[in-house]
Amino acid sequence: MMNVGGKMIKKGEWVRIHKIILEPSERAPQVPEDTKKVPLEMWDKGFLQADAEIGDEVTVETVTGRKETGTLIEVNPSYRHDFGKFIPELLAIDKQVREILFGGEGK
Amino acid sequence: MTKANDYGSVMARKAEIMLKSVGIDYSKFESGSIAFDYEKMMRETGYTLEEMQNIQYSVNVGNTPVLELKNLTALTRTCAPKEKGARIFIKDEACNPSGSFKARRAANAVYHAKRLGYKGVIAATSGNYGAAVASQAAITGLKCIIVQECYDSKGVGQPEIVEKARKCEALGAEVVQLSVGPELFYKFLLLLEETGYFNASLYTPFGIAGVETLGYETSMQFREKYGKDADVVVCTNAGGGNLTGTARGLAKAGAASQVVGASVNLSGLHMASDGQFNRKSFTTGHTGFGMPFSTWPDRSDVPRSAARPLRYMDRYVTVAQGEVFYITEALASLEGLEKGPAGNTALAAAFSIAQEMNQDQLILVQETEYTGAGKHIQPQLSFARDNGIEIFFGDPGEEVPGQNIILPSHPSLIKARDVDLDHMRRSLIKTAVSTYQVEPRSEDIAFLAEETNSSTEFVREVLKSL
Repeated sequence: MMNVGGKMIKKGEWVRIHKIILEPSERAPQVPEDTKKVPLEMWDKGFLQADAEIGDEVTVETVTGRKETGTLIEVNPSYRHDFGKFIPELLAIDKQVREILFGGEGK
Repeated sequence: MTKANDYGSVMARKAEIMLKSVGIDYSKFESGSIAFDYEKMMRETGYTLEEMQNIQYSVNVGNTPVLELKNLTALTRTCAPKEKGARIFIKDEACNPSGSFKARRAANAVYHAKRLGYKGVIAATSGNYGAAVASQAAITGLKCIIVQECYDSKGVGQPEIVEKARKCEALGAEVVQLSVGPELFYKFLLLLEETGYFNASLYTPFGIAGVETLGYETSMQFREKYGKDADVVVCTNAGGGNLTGTARGLAKAGAASQVVGASVNLSGLHMASDGQFNRKSFTTGHTGFGMPFSTWPDRSDVPRSAARPLRYMDRYVTVAQGEVFYITEALASLEGLEKGPAGNTALAAAFSIAQEMNQDQLILVQETEYTGAGKHIQPQLSFARDNGIEIFFGDPGEEVPGQNIILPSHPSLIKARDVDLDHMRRSLIKTAVSTYQVEPRSEDIAFLAEETNSSTEFVREVLKSL
């Protein structure tokens, strides 16, 4: 079979999946208007149960041994959160509290 | 026979699923009306304070240090009137495994699950409780699933919550992440039904009782080191468990401390709104939980919440997001302590309240939380700025949640703002009557007086006005 898609990800690899749990029409009646317009989505991670490509519908086995299905979105999913862009206001706070407590800078 | 798994059908099975997963028959405590026997329910955890302490010590939880913040105290005295400025202390709960006081709740809940023979535990939380449950499950050899509300419809996740997912996974848990919405509860119920795991709910009696050791331990530490109880104990307040457990523990020690609840002010933001989800910079310890859960505790996942903060709050104050961020930076700069911002909500309030007190008085902030990538003032402020939130120095009293974060241009601008407790008491009484649709009997009136830490006269007066 010709592989017209992306790279084949092997069974047993650690992957992240995504799926829609509730369509907008199925949402709880009490949610606000903006939330009502969008689906309830889910993300989970697990070991791929069969070879697949990114974008395929797959089954994974999670670390608790559950089977979960969804769209394959990432292999060896990384953590990308960090310390963000620098906030210079924090330097001003340091300077201020030290000045108040310990006197001005420069003797 | 396969059960129907659509939203409506699953929610209809809620009571049955809860009963199996929590192991408590709540009907035993009901009166058939507004009142229920709260103390009986708390006793039925079957764990005495000593047993809870032993459980916690056996899993390395508790016995955390109390630290005096001499430089923050000095700073508060530069803002305070003459001879005012109480000594400020914090209880370093970040020292617990998983990095927060939640370890105390989790230790008891997970121990209980193991004792009852459950193979795993599930908790619905975007907060530190998830990591605490994962940590305790790891020690106890139980499986763990944490269900989090993490992303908005654009797939953007709040840095604090993303870090918590990482932490839970690092501790061996499965993390199921959802987009914004209360229907998280539906997925949570489905998972409970599928796995048969224990619901390590934040609102079960043993969870709350687990926090009593925090209050009790604090009393013992203060008496030993300072010869007296803390005059004021400030508790960050969201779902009410932190304050309830601490207050009950203080009471068990016979402590004379005033208990103050503190929440970050997020008024105007709707917690279930997809668009507003990432316009706040605090995901816990805020009024979005604090107000509704204080005025109607039984909105929790269990029929009767063990967290009932209005019974114990002597005072409830709010602080602005900017004030908490400022204090978090000051804590690092002046005390050499880097701690997570959410855990400093009570510290921001204490900084202000200390200025109303005498210099020989003691004010305790009863928790801290760990910090790291995502869970830090830097990324939280950076995220806010990227989302169009204006950040500037000024008067934090003018902060509009969702629009700006105002860092105090001088520490003297930090003010703990009082919430009208009587208004909250009236709200609770009103909701009780409208929920149960009954004419309150004398048993209900006595119960409501306890619920609101008021009197039967107050309750009767409110009922008359309805």
